[in-house]
Amino acid sequence: MNNAASIVAVVLVSVASLAVGAFGLRFSRTMSDFYVASRGVGPTLNASAISGEYLSAASFLGVAGLILARGVDMLWLPVGWTAGYLMLLVFVAAPLRRCGAYTLPDFAQLRLESLSARRVSSALVVAIGLLYLIPQFQGAGLTLRTLTGAPSWVGQVAVALVVCLNVLPGGMRSVTLVQAFHYWLKLVALLTPLFFLLGAASNGGGRATPAALDAAEWVEPLGREHALYLTYSLVVATFFGTMGLPHVVVRFYTNRDGRAARRTTLVVLALLGCFYLLPILYGVLGRLLAFDLVASGRTDSVVLELPSRVLEGPLAEGLTALLAAGAFAAFLSTSTGLVVSVAGVLSQDLFRWGGRPYHGIRAFRLSTVLTVGVAVMLTFISAGVPVAHAVELAFAVAASTFCPMLLLGIWWRGLTPVGAIAGLVVGGGLSMSAVVATTFGVDRDGWLGAVLSQPAAVTMPLAVATMVLVSLATPGRRPEHVAQTMVRLHAPEHISLNRGPFQPEH
Amino acid sequence: MSPDSGPQRVRVTSPRTSAARARSVSIASEIDAQTRLGEVYITSLMRSQLRLALLVVAVLGLTLGALPLLFDLVPAVGRLAVAGIPLPWLLLSVVAFAEIWVLGWLYVRQAERNEATFSDLLDGR
Repeated sequence: MNNAASIVAVVLVSVASLAVGAFGLRFSRTMSDFYVASRGVGPTLNASAISGEYLSAASFLGVAGLILARGVDMLWLPVGWTAGYLMLLVFVAAPLRRCGAYTLPDFAQLRLESLSARRVSSALVVAIGLLYLIPQFQGAGLTLRTLTGAPSWVGQVAVALVVCLNVLPGGMRSVTLVQAFHYWLKLVALLTPLFFLLGAASNGGGRATPAALDAAEWVEPLGREHALYLTYSLVVATFFGTMGLPHVVVRFYTNRDGRAARRTTLVVLALLGCFYLLPILYGVLGRLLAFDLVASGRTDSVVLELPSRVLEGPLAEGLTALLAAGAFAAFLSTSTGLVVSVAGVLSQDLFRWGGRPYHGIRAFRLSTVLTVGVAVMLTFISAGVPVAHAVELAFAVAASTFCPMLLLGIWWRGLTPVGAIAGLVVGGGLSMSAVVATTFGVDRDGWLGAVLSQPAAVTMPLAVATMVLVSLATPGRRPEHVAQTMVRLHAPEHISLNRGPFQPEH
Repeated sequence: MSPDSGPQRVRVTSPRTSAARARSVSIASEIDAQTRLGEVYITSLMRSQLRLALLVVAVLGLTLGALPLLFDLVPAVGRLAVAGIPLPWLLLSVVAFAEIWVLGWLYVRQAERNEATFSDLLDGR
């Protein structure tokens, strides 16, 4: 049908991303350029980049599909993903920037002064990163298959290749520009077709026949079994998971100082709020114009299919191509951010020997290829496994591990390395078990099933309790320089104070 | 910086000003030296910022966060409609995003004020 236009659009997005990246490459010279763009990025550009990186396949395609299928309860996803940035703003944005570390393991080492805590954090960054990469790659395969009929692996390998080409030469500096470009592309790609679709819908629905919008279980909240628990668990996972995602946190080091980090986050809140109204509208329009997708179980493709159902001719083809470009931008930006974070952690912790910058950049490149390779392999292995849920589960794991470590580490002097590691192991172990159980089809009814499919409301409090109790039991293990660390985290930069010896710049 | 850098100058400032000046140098160094007093200053900054953060969370929890409980306890609320749009849909799309942004804006304003108070304290003003 409209495969030619869509293929052209996807190729254009890839080429444009590489071109914008190559433009940024001219500025990328040293090791710290590679990781965090030397912190020379202004709030608006940085906020666009943060939002561009954050809005993944789940936001661009998944939210509309879930709203089409399950109605008002799914509105908690976009609300939670935005509120997660409010939690990040009030608890960690400025202190995290002030601590001056590149990655979550850096933070663990700075605050807890323990190499073991660093290693556990590194392992968790890799685990969460891969868990989040799999649905991105699978979504790309699904999209290209929907649009062109190509086998799934084509889209998966295509995204993997473009991500590699993007990250390998320029590191984070080029990525910052690419991500900012992707936010505005995604916004335009959803906004433009919406005008035509709304126009067609108000003129009696175009070619499609409007289905009933007033099914009670769709319009009214809390229709499912255990809905109250599931909703609150989703709220916990999304509100508190955002701050623990490795590719989100690394972005905050590109701010000039703690104050800029806060202002950037405020712009991010506005950009996310504006964006998320669009997939919600697509979900409602899908209910009105493409209700049959629910029966055929293809609700994830509602955003891509709406134009060709409602409109005709070149207009429908052009709008579909635009949406395909936006979807591909979503896969590209999120997977690029994840790959940079995971590769950064791998190269710092696995290839720590050889201190010279050249060697460091080579280690980073090697880690990039390794990360993408493993992620593609995992995607192939889990091909038959339902992955629509995986993004939510990644948030649940982040909320049960890094979130407590950040909250307690920043606001409580009493957190000890033993307590933090115990909490990371308990929270990570339990939430990852739930992930494995649901992914490999352990399907249980009743409360156990509800907890397994949405573990955060149970595992996050357990992780917090473990960290607090074990820390209280090991008061002698408090880090030696915790007082200086607190000064570093909380005092504004313009006051000259002793902020301890930690110095991550290369 | 230091008031006695000019050799022939006679100091005619009042003792209160010089007392405040002398103290302003010492707060930063008290913090650096990790004395009890220095710790009190940093702790007071942390407390004010944490109290503000918890206030934001409490407001969000009592409004947005209480919605599922409200829908569960009073199902009739879930069936209300405003201008033809069901109330839960309106609350969880436009209203929620607006509330989150306004809370963020208020937080940033107050957090910067807290920091300004702290640095004024250290400057001895």
